[in-house]
Amino acid sequence: MALLKSTVVKSGVMLIELNRPEKRNALNNATLIELSELLQKLDIDPHVRSVVITGNLQCFAAGADLNELAALDVVSIQQDPRPKLWKKIDEFSKPLIMAVNGFAFGAGFELALHGDIVLTGENAQFALPEIGLGMLPGAGGTQRLARLVGQQLAMRWAMTGERVTAQTALQYGISSQVCPTALTVEYAIELAEKIARQAPLAIAVIKQSLKSIHEVTLSQGLKQERQHFVWLAATQDRQEGIKAFFEKRQPEFRGV
Amino acid sequence: MDYQTIIAEEKNAVGYLTFNRPKQLNSFNEMMHKEVSSVLKTWAKDSNIRTVVISAEGRGFCAGQDLGDRVVDPHADAPDLGLSIETYYNPLIKLITEMPKPVICAVNGVAAGAGANIALACDIVIAAKSASFIQAFCRLGLVPDSGGTWFLPRLVGRAQAMGLAMLGDKIAAEQAVELGMIWQCVEDDQLKAEAEKMAEHLAKQPTFGLSLIKKAIHAAADNNLDDQLILERDLQRLAGRSSDYKEGVQAFMQKRTPEFKGC
Repeated sequence: MALLKSTVVKSGVMLIELNRPEKRNALNNATLIELSELLQKLDIDPHVRSVVITGNLQCFAAGADLNELAALDVVSIQQDPRPKLWKKIDEFSKPLIMAVNGFAFGAGFELALHGDIVLTGENAQFALPEIGLGMLPGAGGTQRLARLVGQQLAMRWAMTGERVTAQTALQYGISSQVCPTALTVEYAIELAEKIARQAPLAIAVIKQSLKSIHEVTLSQGLKQERQHFVWLAATQDRQEGIKAFFEKRQPEFRGV
Repeated sequence: MDYQTIIAEEKNAVGYLTFNRPKQLNSFNEMMHKEVSSVLKTWAKDSNIRTVVISAEGRGFCAGQDLGDRVVDPHADAPDLGLSIETYYNPLIKLITEMPKPVICAVNGVAAGAGANIALACDIVIAAKSASFIQAFCRLGLVPDSGGTWFLPRLVGRAQAMGLAMLGDKIAAEQAVELGMIWQCVEDDQLKAEAEKMAEHLAKQPTFGLSLIKKAIHAAADNNLDDQLILERDLQRLAGRSSDYKEGVQAFMQKRTPEFKGC
């Protein structure tokens, strides 16, 4: 059985479903390899404008594959391909929306944190249970989470492995919407489609600009934002957008 | 399965859970908590059960916590009452309020302390005329638990809730109806039949739709109007995809009685 299912669900929208239900979608190396390779392909596919990643109704992804982890000693961990795979996922340049139902634990939580926008079902539960195994989150869990929710909650959750409900996740900015569980994927696709209809070049620099906030100072960030702004002035989509506004019609963006 | 403290029966798509420690006025001990929770968990998942009825044997409904279980030695350290609430009562209240089907409570006699609040957690409460409700907690220096402080002000308003919780007066079933605390009050000898009639009716209704109604009304207690309108849209979207909705509309057009399957 394929580890991932990918389907074009709406014009420009690709849905990727993690598909190891018997392992609660545990993110083993094979899954991560497939996911990162797929995203690399989609990144250069002009027909794909936005991507939704989801698991199933009960489980987004319940963590890494413990059997694989257990087999690693300190030497093989040095050569572990996973950091590179995560980096590839992080480098995906198009809008990435996470539709999280059920458990998003450990690596599953960290995968969700790679999303540009996260929607959850009301049954979603996040946790970093690594501490219970004498480990720490190893795919950005401590870093991305602390940047979202602040040091206090990130410390607490990483040190206890406590479960975080959908409502709490919404409250602290881990997600932007809680949906009835049966509608999460649908609403994520709707959102992805809305974004897919926008000017792709503008979307690309918005993502770049927002993702850089933790890398650069405010003044650098403002300078870059200005550069993006000037650069977009050279695009036809910008002209189309303004023209359509004055002509009171829907713009037709072509990504040029 | 055989239970020692309760009776669990399934009939015509209705699950009947009967507290069965009549000598102790059906007060809860650990075993009863475990048995009740096991039955309710099973029925929550069983799509053949489309309504649940909670009632009790003997002259009382439920006297709450069995105080015999909580020996208070004046010289010992204070007991941790929070522990039994966290372990048993809170999960029980959630099982009832999150049960995706109607839960009827047939209150046959005195419902005191947690017993009263377990009844109030149910969706529809019918009481026998001789039944009564007591928020007995204040008399022992305690706080109404099992959701009492949440349900009461929402059912009867703050003024009445404060009075009930601070004075701990016994409220007769008829008065409870007048206060809006419960749905209905019937003659003692009619209680069983009325509860059964209502349960069998509900068990033939669109169960999925009813579960969404329950969810919406519970959510409304915390939501503002804007959020609630969005939730109603979401739930209506789901309800509109159910086969019961199709059946309901078709039966109406064809002027016949609908046959709902609950999904």
